[in-house]
Amino acid sequence: MNKFSRRKLFTTGLYMAGGASGLAAATVLARRYGLVPPDCGGIYGPGETLSYAAHRLFARDSLAREFPRSMISNPPFPNQADPLGKEFERLRDGGFSDWRLAVDGMVARPASFSVADVKSFPRHSQITQLQCEEGWSYVAEWTGARFSHILDVVGALPQARYVVYSSFERDTWDSIDMADARHPQTFIAYGMNGEELPVKHGGPLRMRLPRQMGYKNIKYITRLTVTDSLKGFGKGMGSVSAEYGYAWYAGI
Amino acid sequence: MPTGYKYVLPDQNGWSRALHFEAAWLAVLTGLLYVAWGLFRGHFRRNLVPASRDLSAASLWSVIAQHLRLLPAREDDGRSYNVLQRLTYLSVIFILFPLAIWTGLAMSPGIASAMPAAVSVLGGLQSARTIHFFVFILLVLFAAVHIAMVCIGGFGKRMRAMITSRAATGKEKNEQVLTT
Repeated sequence: MNKFSRRKLFTTGLYMAGGASGLAAATVLARRYGLVPPDCGGIYGPGETLSYAAHRLFARDSLAREFPRSMISNPPFPNQADPLGKEFERLRDGGFSDWRLAVDGMVARPASFSVADVKSFPRHSQITQLQCEEGWSYVAEWTGARFSHILDVVGALPQARYVVYSSFERDTWDSIDMADARHPQTFIAYGMNGEELPVKHGGPLRMRLPRQMGYKNIKYITRLTVTDSLKGFGKGMGSVSAEYGYAWYAGI
Repeated sequence: MPTGYKYVLPDQNGWSRALHFEAAWLAVLTGLLYVAWGLFRGHFRRNLVPASRDLSAASLWSVIAQHLRLLPAREDDGRSYNVLQRLTYLSVIFILFPLAIWTGLAMSPGIASAMPAAVSVLGGLQSARTIHFFVFILLVLFAAVHIAMVCIGGFGKRMRAMITSRAATGKEKNEQVLTT
């Protein structure tokens, strides 16, 4: 069979070499422009990278859908929470007046805020959907401080690329890039449907970012760390969930 | 994994979702290539759009009846698709796959923020999920019937035809197949 001629082998080889170098160049460019997520390794890395890059290229500043008040779900569904322990109970019984939100890392003015401090920042509300990986979702009104405002208060440095946020729950932390950290709908939320944020929904302070799945909206936030690299955090994959195989970028 | 509704998921299943989304990219990218190439080369027009005379009720019924009676395939069936195949393939390529991709994207909070109309037209996130599942069932049904028909039609013969794209066009080849 002369179907597989030398010429054909040669041109196929050329195409493959061209494709490979094109891919290599695309990878370098993607890294340069922050289109590669921290959990880009492994056999599922290409899929995660394509999703994250597509969202950052085409929907970086889009606003999550807001709903009319009539569509607020009643009651909102809380996921089951593990017991939080004696120390949390003490804080709750004290009305969370001793709760601290520490902000450190690449900031000009590291700070430690009380819940009252966070409430003194300009107050914003959104009626958005919280959507869980397991399939369920609900619409609620969230009240809180804009994440970007907190970054301004502490003076996040211009070379910052990510913000790591940690929970009161042990070994529970996650991170977002600056596109989400500076997004106007990314809140540190302290209110829900006109009331204090219930403990089962993450009170006193919960991360709220409506453009990503529920599991990025971590409850009981105690610390924000501004950084230019996620290498030093856990396994360097950007979140605990990524270490379990759940994508770091959960805007899907 | 404990959940709030008295049901315990058997395992951390992050890998399955990662596989799903990577497979989705693969399906979208190869699908786009396939559709662009098919339009460019006239594959759909030539091989998949049924002739209008085949769409009459009588003609459609005769093909359906042939299948229902489990009659052996006609001799020219290996060379071109019958009207049922054409309609099924067109629905899979231009209705089911696009709908699967659309409803899948509509479940993404990021996409919903960029293209809210794509979600509200479907009736919201949870309606998109329901449609996504029904499309999935239809695609699995299609795949099952498709593979069953390939087996009934002669697995080796059909696979050879698919891979070499020869058996369907070469006349000697057809005769060869018939004599063996």
